[in-house]
Amino acid sequence: MTGLARTIHTRAGTGRRPGRLSELSLFLFLYIPSVLRYTFTVFEQTAVFWSPQRGYVMLKIKEYARAESLEQAYEWNQKKSSCVLGGMLWLKMSERNVGKAIDLSGLGLDQIREDGEEFRIGCMATLRQMERHEGLNRYTEGAVRAALADIVGVQFRNLATAGGSVFGRFGFSDVLTVLLAMDTSVILYHRGEIPLEEFMAGKRDRDILTEIRIRKQPGFHMVYQAHRNSRTDFPVLNAAAALDAAGGKLVFGARPLPAMALPLEEKLTKQLRGGNLTEKEAAEAAERTAEQVPVGGNMRGSAGYRRHLTRVLGRRSLLELQKLAAAEKGGTVS
Amino acid sequence: MKIQIQLNGKKIQEETAPGTLLLDFVRKHGCASVKRGCETSNCGLCTVILNGKPVLSCSVLAARADGGTVETLEGLQEEAAELGAFIADQGAEQCGFCNPGYLLNAIALFRENPDPTDQEILEYLAGNLCRCSGYEGQLRGLRNFLEQKHGRAAEEGGAG
Repeated sequence: MTGLARTIHTRAGTGRRPGRLSELSLFLFLYIPSVLRYTFTVFEQTAVFWSPQRGYVMLKIKEYARAESLEQAYEWNQKKSSCVLGGMLWLKMSERNVGKAIDLSGLGLDQIREDGEEFRIGCMATLRQMERHEGLNRYTEGAVRAALADIVGVQFRNLATAGGSVFGRFGFSDVLTVLLAMDTSVILYHRGEIPLEEFMAGKRDRDILTEIRIRKQPGFHMVYQAHRNSRTDFPVLNAAAALDAAGGKLVFGARPLPAMALPLEEKLTKQLRGGNLTEKEAAEAAERTAEQVPVGGNMRGSAGYRRHLTRVLGRRSLLELQKLAAAEKGGTVS
Repeated sequence: MKIQIQLNGKKIQEETAPGTLLLDFVRKHGCASVKRGCETSNCGLCTVILNGKPVLSCSVLAARADGGTVETLEGLQEEAAELGAFIADQGAEQCGFCNPGYLLNAIALFRENPDPTDQEILEYLAGNLCRCSGYEGQLRGLRNFLEQKHGRAAEEGGAG
């Protein structure tokens, strides 16, 4: 302690040997806060031991209830203090007092079903289920897997739900970007079926999202691209491009605003199908489309950087998409 | 509320507060290998295997695990010791704090995919953060473990 005190004094350039008093005060100055901190930590840990819902966790839950029917869940959820639980990953980090935490786990909503026309993803299906679903990945040519595989980790994706990811309309979402590229709608218990885009634009209400419905389109192709600062972090920007018999779209997400879709010009979709879109044309088309996308800055990247990324990811998506569309025809890309 | 959880093969029935996290529940019942690392659903230190799937116990309500099975490293000592030895042989770890979560998730990986490629290992374990290492030693350790398990010759520069 004395040695440390001396060093500090010398560095401060006082030029004199520290007196007994200043050594003592320095000792107290350095020591007391650490004692306090230690005491506080012990106290905190004790508090956690006795009452885990206090202390570290800021989310407080008064009552936990497993719904026996959607009707019951809907009724419970009309109270403002109620909250439907998804994977609880985002919710857990919020400072919030939840009166009734409604669990939809027991209602068989954790399935992904596929038939010739559509996919139906139950709201409690996890991101991991989506990522590993053969049909979804066949239809999207691996884009669903590409979009979800870098979200934190397997343990996280085993919890995070499809319904929670959509209902949250998160500005960092990979899920929304990939879903918006397809013909997706959500099914709400009270309001019924609504196109995803309309749902995202609408106001948050107390309805319950029960299912996500993806209608298969003939001649569908899609690609997904994201830029991350580190592998499992939120994306700085993500993009998806899709093409079907009726048209095409380019989607940008993590702007850091929620994802938005823009239709592709007809000439461009024809070129993509024909496999004759040059790199220069793709860059120009991406630039034109990207200009319509509002972007913002946050700790992961500035608005200017994101603006740049919209052009880059847009161009890459279009060129990748063309490869897939051309592969179907057995043609080659110039 | 009363909940019942099968923890490492032992049935536990207990009165629990509705907001109790599974993490605190298992720690209270002697599973100190499950750690509170980041508290933001990110680091993988609190990994437990819930109904056969690895999850972050810091983000699961104990009430939600009611009627389910939970496995932690305490119940998988043999597997953990075997696997851990390969990682230790590489001197992979410095502080070792991330090790229980890492091992448990590796066990979950091998159950799901008994012979993963390096790429598959890295992808599956990407949610287990280690702030001492660059994950290289751990990967070598897991590779050696797999090679021994599948009766292949250990790679040059492996254990030893």
